[in-house]
Amino acid sequence: MVAFIIRRILGMILVLIAVSFIVYLIFIVIPGGDPADRIAGKVATPENIASIRHNLGLDQNVFVQWFDMVKSLLSGTLVSYYNGTNVVQQIWAGIPATFSLCIGAGMIWLFFGVLVGTVSAITAGRASDRIITGLALIGISLPVAWLGLVLLYLFADGGLSTVFPPGGYVPLTQDPVQWFTHLLLPWFTLAVLFIGFYGRVLRSNILDTINEDFVRTAKAKGLSSQRIIVRHVLRASLIPIVTLFGLDFAAVLGGGAIITEAVYNVQGVGWYAAQAIGTQDLPPLMGVTLYGAAFIVVFSTLIDIAYAYLDPRIRLT
Amino acid sequence: MVEPLLDVKDLKVRFATEDGIVQAVSGISFQLEAGKVLGIVGESGSGKSVTAMTLMGLTRGVNARFEGEVLYRGTDLLHVSDTEMQNYRGNEIGMIFQDPMTSLNPVYRIGDQIVEAIRAHQKLDKRAARSSTIELLRQVGIPNPEARVDDYPHQFSGGMRQRAMIAMALSCNPSVLIADEPTTALDVTIQAQIVELINRLKGEFNSAVIFITHDLGVIAEIADEIIVMYAGRVVEQGTKRDVFYDPQMPYTWGLLGSIPRLDRPRAERLHTIEGSPPSLINLPEGCKFRPRCPHAFEKCMDEPALENRVETPGHLDRCWLEVEFKRDHRDETISPGSAEAA
Repeated sequence: MVAFIIRRILGMILVLIAVSFIVYLIFIVIPGGDPADRIAGKVATPENIASIRHNLGLDQNVFVQWFDMVKSLLSGTLVSYYNGTNVVQQIWAGIPATFSLCIGAGMIWLFFGVLVGTVSAITAGRASDRIITGLALIGISLPVAWLGLVLLYLFADGGLSTVFPPGGYVPLTQDPVQWFTHLLLPWFTLAVLFIGFYGRVLRSNILDTINEDFVRTAKAKGLSSQRIIVRHVLRASLIPIVTLFGLDFAAVLGGGAIITEAVYNVQGVGWYAAQAIGTQDLPPLMGVTLYGAAFIVVFSTLIDIAYAYLDPRIRLT
Repeated sequence: MVEPLLDVKDLKVRFATEDGIVQAVSGISFQLEAGKVLGIVGESGSGKSVTAMTLMGLTRGVNARFEGEVLYRGTDLLHVSDTEMQNYRGNEIGMIFQDPMTSLNPVYRIGDQIVEAIRAHQKLDKRAARSSTIELLRQVGIPNPEARVDDYPHQFSGGMRQRAMIAMALSCNPSVLIADEPTTALDVTIQAQIVELINRLKGEFNSAVIFITHDLGVIAEIADEIIVMYAGRVVEQGTKRDVFYDPQMPYTWGLLGSIPRLDRPRAERLHTIEGSPPSLINLPEGCKFRPRCPHAFEKCMDEPALENRVETPGHLDRCWLEVEFKRDHRDETISPGSAEAA
């Protein structure tokens, strides 16, 4: 176990180094990416640009540039090219909103995904299954941006009704009721895609597992059908869902809910990333990417540990 | 006469599939008394497993149709509701399956899976169920059961898993034990141990046993009565003595001839039955074994009934051939080497 964790931590460091370098390279090769050009303004002289380049360290070897950026990010001194704000502080400020959004949405999509998948598998072939699978397909197909805007139009202040506020975020510590009403629409918007997807995956897993020999054994023991479904079928069928959930949840926690946060003006990490993309601001993007990558790596390790617990045949190596 | 535990009368099972109606079992009848062993033999697809699973209500489904009666102590199990059936499964009738590698749930401890079976039918607390589980594991010959009870299935070998399956099937002391090819997935030395174990436990638990296999050699060790199935039909039925010493059906001869034996001159090759079993959707006309039978003649275009044709009562077969002809010619199939030698 200790060896496993040490190996994973070393792996994580290598992944983060690679990710940060790739992000840096992508930024340099895309057209219009040179920050000095934009900072200098429309009527800049070549000398002007050159001096900005020099100040930002952009005239140095690409490895040195990358190393300097990562170093200042890690020491918490990296600032935006665009407005000079501190990247680490900005990400830190966005975490409560992002976590509120993602933990709530994650609970919703896991609960409804499992419910939808189980019900449609148990009633496979019947009308309820057809309806659920149809709705799941619709859920998967709805673009998040569109769904967010439609929900705002239908239910939020400024649209057809005034049940919900028109976006924004109120910290939980400030007013729990406002926190909840502000987040309810974003939670469902973010969850819908995953509910549909998890429901379909779980449905097919359950239908596979139901034909396993050990389910027949459970039946031959004289167990009730509820017990067979919950203890023998669901237990085995949920193992792949654990992987999906771990990675998806890590991705949204890591700032991946960019569209939802932008549509509802929830000023979290994803929203911060959206702003930085709009201004082609490299330092915040570097910060958010590494922050997100760290979540993915940590969660994939947690998934492996959960796997070993869920399936005793798996040994951590 | 003793009231039979299990009285199966003309059981028929059909399944609707995309390719057509599969007539998996077309009429099987037998009676089983306590302490007796019934062997059901046949190739894959002969309907022997479907028969066994139907007794347990495991073939129920929207596409399955049943006819006939399965009377267990007078109750027709074919017409018992799914919920009531739970009281029979595991409790009155226990079942062991073919593949012990996949028949146990890989994510639960062996002991917990047996405890679950016990607690499904008996009001025992966990501790009591656990100690009777340890006792069961000891009875089926698992060494050091106090420790092995907490192992997972992957920590058991194939033979040990099958022993654990037997312990599970016997955990509620069922009156009938169905063993569906329990030795097929095991190697030969383990096979013998498992057969011996079932034979011994049948006495200790006073259960009747239905032992299903494609291997007549295994049946010879354990069965009192034998049913030979082909294409969903019973083609020969009788005591072990009848079937082994006076077999009346050329298909049975083929099965007997395919067993390697040390007490006969060694043939160049073991006998094989030419061809393969017919599709259950599209059966041949007349006798179903006719296309593969070396002795088929015109009359075989009509299907013979399952009747008593020999002196011993209760020995039934489905073959038009004269009994004398069969007694003269069957050794050509059963032991070709010795026939040539004679």
